[in-house]
Amino acid sequence: MLTEDVPGSRVRIGDGGQAPSPVRRRRRGIGWAQRLEIAMLSGPAILIFLAFVILPVLMAAYYGFYRWKGFGVPTNFVGLDNYVTILQDKAFREALWHNGLIVVLSLVIQGPIGLGLALLLNQKLRGQSVIRVLIFVPYVIAEVIAGTAWGLLLQAGGAVNGILRSIGLGGLAQDWLANPKLAIWTLMFILTWKYIGFAVILFLAGMQNIPEELTEAAAMDGASYWQTQRRITVPLLGPTIRIWVFLSIIGALQLFDLVYIIWGQYVSSTAGTSTMATYLVTEGRNAGNYGYGNAVAVVLFLISMIIALGYQRFVLRRDTQGALTGGR
Amino acid sequence: MAGTRSSRPGGGHGRGGGDPIVYAVALVLIGVMLGPVLYIIIGGFRTNSQITTDPAGLPHPWESGNYTGVLTSDAFWRQVGNSAIVAGATTAGVATLGVMASYVLARYRFRGRGAMYALFAAGLMFPATVAITPLYILVKNLGLVNTLPGVILPQIAFALPTTVIILVPFLQAIPKDIEEAAAIDRCSRLGFFWRMVLPLSVPGLITTGILAFVNSWNSYLLPLFLLNDQDTFTLPLGVQAFASEYSVDTAKVLAFTSLSMIPALVFFSLFQRRIVGGLTGAVKG
Repeated sequence: MLTEDVPGSRVRIGDGGQAPSPVRRRRRGIGWAQRLEIAMLSGPAILIFLAFVILPVLMAAYYGFYRWKGFGVPTNFVGLDNYVTILQDKAFREALWHNGLIVVLSLVIQGPIGLGLALLLNQKLRGQSVIRVLIFVPYVIAEVIAGTAWGLLLQAGGAVNGILRSIGLGGLAQDWLANPKLAIWTLMFILTWKYIGFAVILFLAGMQNIPEELTEAAAMDGASYWQTQRRITVPLLGPTIRIWVFLSIIGALQLFDLVYIIWGQYVSSTAGTSTMATYLVTEGRNAGNYGYGNAVAVVLFLISMIIALGYQRFVLRRDTQGALTGGR
Repeated sequence: MAGTRSSRPGGGHGRGGGDPIVYAVALVLIGVMLGPVLYIIIGGFRTNSQITTDPAGLPHPWESGNYTGVLTSDAFWRQVGNSAIVAGATTAGVATLGVMASYVLARYRFRGRGAMYALFAAGLMFPATVAITPLYILVKNLGLVNTLPGVILPQIAFALPTTVIILVPFLQAIPKDIEEAAAIDRCSRLGFFWRMVLPLSVPGLITTGILAFVNSWNSYLLPLFLLNDQDTFTLPLGVQAFASEYSVDTAKVLAFTSLSMIPALVFFSLFQRRIVGGLTGAVKG
């Protein structure tokens, strides 16, 4: 990119005979000098990334072939046995089903609400900045805090049931967390509450890129506010929405913190809220079956990767960034 | 500005802040969003007997004992310190390494550039969950279990993909003219990086820095596996330990919880405008 800039410098050079020589020297030395710069600048990031992200993932793939309790070097090679066990385990299939449900419900519930809120906040409202901050509050507080709070609020003797009873709706009081028919919806509610702020941030950021002339022109032509949003803002927001969908799917597949904090180590499977990640931690690490846990990790990773690459290939490709296939 | 807006014919519906329905919706939403947070904060001012007899009531009388109890405990402040160190170091590390690598990706043409970008981008799909057991083993072999650097290094690594993906478009957007002008002034490419790129990338750096800070401050899984010693606990682990240790003392748990969310909230409120602004370069509208 820079090498082509040299002619530009020649224009200025008319005032001195020496000037071209550094340019030429730089041009000749660009091979190794540039390579050194690239290595110096990107080396640290690549090293730390390979060491703490890529290497552990490869290690997980390796350990997944062993029956291993975590002591010393794994020696009991069992081939694909762990994977067979995973696929045969009803608890895993349930967890997988829950993940699928959470993926779909997150998109269906959070997408429209997030879009609606972003449209709302994109207007000139009095107190808008205050409203913005408040909507982001759940997104910013820690999963541990959100989980602790909702656990206390929703337990059988908690405040939600207390409020229902005090306003005469005691009949609606439920065991929100332990009832297996209800728990997944409770989880969906909490997830929406927690992560809607992120969708709103992304959508708002995308809306800043939509030229105001477009919406103003539509308004000139007599389009109503909602027509303008539906015909102009939302379609132009397509790339942002598609990125959010991607991030939402990945997040839902890998959901761990909130479930593990609210439903604990063992209750999540009986309440019907277990996920692949909580299964991984309870069956792998907590049960001391490190080899098995790593095999679960590989399955989780493969599912995420297949979905991510498929989405990238068929949906995100239209958006020029090409985030996952080496941006141009 | 306001004048031109209101003078637009027919286009002002819903703008200008007049629509009561919009405000009603906004109010209900804020109630739902803030309800649990207010419950924690207000509940911390109650006593356990108040909470047992009426779980949804207001404090009567207001008790500040829970809060002062937490604020005078060593454990709380130690955890605040640990969290601040971990989040601060992670943010500094991610910002430094991230901007350097992004600069290479945005401004150099070389073979392997696409592969390098793909490497970082693929990292979006590698959550710490997948690698948590091997990470533990790795960190143990480095002798860093139960130390803060043992959490900081993996957190930097896992935060790099988001950072790079947000920063690269930001750095690409710096006009070529500026770079040419710098080259004419015989500014080396590294000089250009120091004098031009860093100052111009500040908005993007702030966005990624805030995201990294808040994520690290709230991080649960990595510390859960890598920190087993109470002295090294960060706040999320502290909240959980406190909640199980004082599981019968709900009021105290509420006080502890509400105090531990203050820093991230303050930090985010101060910079939220910057976050939306910084993401604008990364997402395409």
